Amino acid sequence: MRRYSAFAIAREAARYHQGWERAWASPEPKKSYDAIIVGAGGHGLATAFYLGKNFGITNVAVIEKGWLGGGNTGRNTTIIRSNYLQDASAAIYEKARGLYETMSQDLNYNVMFSPRGVIMLAQTHHEVRGYQRTAHANALQGVKTEFISPARVKEIVPIINLDGPRYPVLGGLWQARGGTARHDAVAWGYARACSDMGMDIIQKTEVTGVRKENGAVVGVETSRGFIGTKKLGIVVAGHSGVLADMAGFRLPIESVALQALVSEPIKPCMDCVVMANTVHGYMSQSDKGEMVIGGGADGYNNYTQRGSFHHIEETVRALVETFPMISRLKQLRQWGGIVDMTGDRSPILSKTPVEGVFINCGWGTGGFKAIPGSGWGFAELMARGYSPLTAEFGLNRFKEGRFIDESVAAGVAH
Amino acid sequence: MLILECPCCGVMADETELAPGGEAHLKRYGPGSSDEEFEGYLFHRVNPKGVHFERWRHANGCGKWFLAARCTNTLEVFATYSAQTPEPPQHVIDAIAARRPNWSIEA
Ligand SMILES: Cc1cc2nc3c(=O)[nH]c(=O)nc-3n(C[C@H](O)[C@H](O)[C@H](O)COP(=O)(O)OP(=O)(O)OC[C@H]3O[C@@H](n4cnc5c(N)ncnc54)[C@H](O)[C@@H]3O)c2cc1C
Ligand SMILES: [Zn+2]
Repeated sequence: MRRYSAFAIAREAARYHQGWERAWASPEPKKSYDAIIVGAGGHGLATAFYLGKNFGITNVAVIEKGWLGGGNTGRNTTIIRSNYLQDASAAIYEKARGLYETMSQDLNYNVMFSPRGVIMLAQTHHEVRGYQRTAHANALQGVKTEFISPARVKEIVPIINLDGPRYPVLGGLWQARGGTARHDAVAWGYARACSDMGMDIIQKTEVTGVRKENGAVVGVETSRGFIGTKKLGIVVAGHSGVLADMAGFRLPIESVALQALVSEPIKPCMDCVVMANTVHGYMSQSDKGEMVIGGGADGYNNYTQRGSFHHIEETVRALVETFPMISRLKQLRQWGGIVDMTGDRSPILSKTPVEGVFINCGWGTGGFKAIPGSGWGFAELMARGYSPLTAEFGLNRFKEGRFIDESVAAGVAH
Repeated sequence: MLILECPCCGVMADETELAPGGEAHLKRYGPGSSDEEFEGYLFHRVNPKGVHFERWRHANGCGKWFLAARCTNTLEVFATYSAQTPEPPQHVIDAIAARRPNWSIEA
């Protein structure tokens, strides 16, 4: 792999940019691999990357039915934060946030991580208490956050309306090192690094079945034939239930649509991320100037990557209350992704009832921020059978009643 | 916009009038059941890409619960029917079979 650098840009500029090589190869699938990952979203690719980097397992294929990052990884609003309440969540999300800090250097690929700060507004007294509690929990967990006053909120976000008609801003939970990153670049950067380690990224190939012998996996049926493996990682977000069905087990998951939209581009007016969970909306501004907006998920099962119009309306209505200046903005684009919601709204990184099959799913509405930490822990789980990062996120927690109750943090926004 | 006919009051209701209630026909487990049975009842869901039986409440209407058979892959609605039934009635199964010849209830 030829490294990207300022020097490389100058070199290519001098020869009409004819020397750039393909960022990753598109090989024919081999007959078998030491490990197969289904799903080339951020979580699948990060898993493959750390299987190679941390455990030297490089005879790996990542099989994707569409194109790299074409699932939720390329559809999300890229909020990165780690201000969760429970220790298990704070650990994996903070691991991920920390890895984002150096991801561009680690991958030699500019993922445009921008730690511009994330505010979660407190707009009811209940929320004030909740976020103060989270700030205290974060202090114990070593996650740097603070509860800030309305005046400080206004200082950070001048365009905000503190005394809105329904819910005045009573304060906020501020994580200064939270922010955003370029979602496609995260997928592409990992894919390039995986391909460089000799892994096969196989796009436009759908897994259609999981073949087992004596209760253990021996490979997958795909639209391009059978591919053998004794280690299978299922990392398919909204399609987790479909893959689990192929492997012969059930999940505590329902798939629903989550939407987002962007406005026409305007001049810079907000340089951090603001989340307003009581009114169901959040917003940031992209480098292109678009206001990036998201809200709540639909309430019914859906695989169409299209959501309900009235949710867009509710989200925008809530944000106009909070930011009156956006009321005249035009919507440029709107889209949806299928998110995998678990019974306790926390992810699942686990062994499964089928020997050799592992599953990483349930990130629902908020897994972009977790990609590197999830890949780190899940690779360890697949390679060694145990990871301290994923230990609490097993499937068995639903039977044992050990929920990781983050619904306050993850039920609505990100 | 999703539109379902409420079998209780006959109104064609927009989804803004309705509250989704998740998977229908769950078998309810009581005292004396095993951990696995409770886990399945409380958490495991079929979550199919295709025909789905589900509960809805006509929340901003007559207020009654009813059931619907719907395709999660196309959003096509096959039928709505009474909530007072432990399994999909024959006319609902026929309505689905007419549109999905390869579908069977176990799938
Ligand atoms: C609108 C929206 C906004 C969001 N905003 C945020 C946010 O601000 N912050 C945040 O942290 N998170 C956010 N999320 C959540 C985040 O996008 C997801 O949690 C995360 O991207 C999941 O990544 P993944 O790799 O698990 O799944 P995906 O990126 O969806 O990848 C799964 C891949 O599996 C493939 N696949 C499925 N079935 C098969 C098969 N049979 N064979 C082969 N391949 C298959 C799919 O094609 C897909 O590419 C948002 C999500 C949405 C939809
Ligand atoms: Zn009714």
